[in-house]
Amino acid sequence: MPLIAQPLPLPGGALLARLHGINAEHGYLPEEALRGAADELQVPLSQVYSAASFYSAFSFEPRGRHTIHACQGTACYIRGGDKLLEKLEATLGVKAGETTADRLCTLETVYCVGSCSMAPVIRVDGDTYGRLKASHLPRILKKCRPIEEQEV
Amino acid sequence: MKVRTRSDLEMLRSEGLSTLYPSRPRISVGMATCGLATGAADVYDTLRDEADARGLDITLVVTGCIGYCQQEPLVDISLPGHGRVLYARVTPDLARVLIAALAAGELPAEGALAVIPEEETSEVSETSEVLPGIPLLNELPFYAHQHKIVLRNSGLIDPTRIEEYIARDGYQALARALLDLTLQEVIDEVLHSGLRGRGGAGFPTGRKWQICYDAPGQPKYVICNGDEGDPGAYMDRTVLESDPYNVIEGLTIAGYAIGAREGYIYVRDEYPLAVERVTQAVARAGELGLLGEDILGSGFDFGVTIVRGAGAFVCGEETALISSIEGGLGEPRPRPPFPATSGLWGQPTVINNVKTLATVPVIIGRGADWYASIGAEGNAGTVVFSLVGKVANTGLVEVPLGLTLHDMIESIGGGGLGGRAVKAVQTGGPSGGCLPARLFDLPISYETLTEAGSIMGSGGMVVMDEDTCMVDVARYFLAFTMAESCGKCTPCREGTRYMHETLTRIVEGEGTPEDLELLEEVAEWVKAASLCGLGQTAPNPVLSTLRYFRDEYEAHVTEKRCPAGVCRALIRFTIQPDVCTGCGLCLRECPAGAISGEKKEPYVIDQELCTHCRICYDVCPVGAIEIVR
Ligand SMILES: Cc1cc2nc3c(=O)[nH]c(=O)nc-3n(C[C@H](O)[C@H](O)[C@H](O)COP(=O)(O)O)c2cc1C
Ligand code: SF4
Ligand code: FES
Repeated sequence: MPLIAQPLPLPGGALLARLHGINAEHGYLPEEALRGAADELQVPLSQVYSAASFYSAFSFEPRGRHTIHACQGTACYIRGGDKLLEKLEATLGVKAGETTADRLCTLETVYCVGSCSMAPVIRVDGDTYGRLKASHLPRILKKCRPIEEQEV
Repeated sequence: MKVRTRSDLEMLRSEGLSTLYPSRPRISVGMATCGLATGAADVYDTLRDEADARGLDITLVVTGCIGYCQQEPLVDISLPGHGRVLYARVTPDLARVLIAALAAGELPAEGALAVIPEEETSEVSETSEVLPGIPLLNELPFYAHQHKIVLRNSGLIDPTRIEEYIARDGYQALARALLDLTLQEVIDEVLHSGLRGRGGAGFPTGRKWQICYDAPGQPKYVICNGDEGDPGAYMDRTVLESDPYNVIEGLTIAGYAIGAREGYIYVRDEYPLAVERVTQAVARAGELGLLGEDILGSGFDFGVTIVRGAGAFVCGEETALISSIEGGLGEPRPRPPFPATSGLWGQPTVINNVKTLATVPVIIGRGADWYASIGAEGNAGTVVFSLVGKVANTGLVEVPLGLTLHDMIESIGGGGLGGRAVKAVQTGGPSGGCLPARLFDLPISYETLTEAGSIMGSGGMVVMDEDTCMVDVARYFLAFTMAESCGKCTPCREGTRYMHETLTRIVEGEGTPEDLELLEEVAEWVKAASLCGLGQTAPNPVLSTLRYFRDEYEAHVTEKRCPAGVCRALIRFTIQPDVCTGCGLCLRECPAGAISGEKKEPYVIDQELCTHCRICYDVCPVGAIEIVR
């Protein structure tokens, strides 16, 4: 028997579900919300933080309105996914992991979104585009530009 | 309604049959993630709007992955009294043609890929007469060697409708297990089927269940591993999206067999549609009482929780996955104890791959002997591969174990992309290796692939051709494992970093012949000393490429040459003036602004500005860009 009262174990998956919830609401994990989660789940804040920083799905920084994921999975890589990424970086003027100055787009890489047969692919706000060539990017990136420029 | 008895199941079956084989045209659009990536949603909308506009009475269905991803978007149309045809590369324009033809009571030949042979369940005539000149589906090379067990419903049923799953014999196995078999009898059946885990290591599933069943302690748990972290593989995603009830039924049977009342399905974060489909399916099964208390009046209670991962490859490893569910970090711990005796919260836990569990209902439904008769000695049954990379036909295929790599790549895959020669195939993801074309006579089995220096893995199969540099591929995988190593143990953390640094030096033309020996030495050490499978297998891509493609390594370190023309530091791009038509495409696409010239005149590349990204090489319509190696 432990001498100190142990908190009850969390229900399975509860912490991850909570982090996903916060992430869906804010687009990132604000400190306030993490403190709230720790209180609510009755776990130490340090546990919430270490989990949050372990997983690549979460970020402590606010993201852009749109997120572009350039797939660098094996199938995409050998069919030119790295070239698409380079083109995206050049077009948006940011490196992977960064957000454009106008906070419109965050560019991320991902290791496979499960559409490998359509390689190379990118995902924009959850929509997947496959069988891409660099020349297709401007059309896809249209929605990631300020509204007033979208007609151009 | 609650399903309490077998006759309740029969009622749902007839409901399912009525939508699966309706008296009006049924149009199914393949709308798994792969189909959606090529415009299937637009096709679906057009079909719906066009049918509405014409007042055409159809059953329009969102289905999962039909498998032949190369030909997506795929649309499967059955016209009662006429037959069933699969249409390929469907565009909104073709969708309009299809609806117009259906309105006239015909199946058009335009866009037709194959005639789908009818099953006993419907009453349609001779298939060969459906559309003269269009082959039967099973006559297409892509399907000729396939045997669909795990994928038997994928792309056929509406994955959101449990009735259609039940119409395809779904939940018969659960009824048999709960009502006719004891726990031990279920385990024996799985054991005798010869089923081995499809998550990679191939551990006999029945044995795993037996160990957990025998382990003292309650509660027990069962977990479905849907983390599918191998980059370049999408089997589990497809099964979860296309046939979620199959996985849930398998998980429920596993729970019954080992005496668990709680199950978990852990799904990779990058698969939002799979999460959605499984969540919906769990809720529906609960509504019907196929999850919950006293399932089918058997006294067996079982509930399922879905956990969404958060982007960490190592969480696919069973002990890391368990820790992740518990709310800890997704870091592995030493085994033994194995999860079967001490898993989730220290309790006996069975953890199985999606495909393993998706096979269970068929085994219980059709019997162990039937399953054991498929495949090869010691490698019973079928295995699902995602065939991708530089191959003509990409897609999701299911073949009996024992098929040769040659049949897989040359027959099903149709050989290299654009008719180029295939150089190698990579199996097993970052834990696997690259096998050269001269070994393609090998039969696909757990043992042969391991002996050859790769592994079966979970089913990723990435084809490579002469334009793929094997040293760069090894570097690519080490970059992956280095990033994904959880860092808990030194050999993996430091070893992957060292190997990655060395490989980077080699592809940059800074490597030496001694590097190759050092690489081999470190690789062996990381293999032997790492804590979990990630580190233990991380050297495989290096070791296998060193074993089969040493000449490519040597060209890099001694001649400073990349034979495949991939490694940037070792190549140069030039425009052949006599071939260049001056179209200006390359100038527009070059991200570095390194190309200059006038329209209709040969363009030139400024070698100072060129970053060797290769985009011009890929876009030039006349092949005027030359890679100087
Ligand atoms: C680094 C690493 C990653 C893994 N990833 C997966 C995975 O994504 N899916 C999976 O089913 N098994 C994965 N495994 C294997 C699991 O640890 C475990 O063996 C498997 O889920 C057991 O299921 P099975 O017996 O049905 O094959 C991984 C193992 C390692 C070492
Ligand atoms: S082998 Fe690598 S991934 Fe596995 S526990 Fe060690 S550091 Fe972590
Ligand atoms: S490798 Fe890019 S989607 Fe799988």
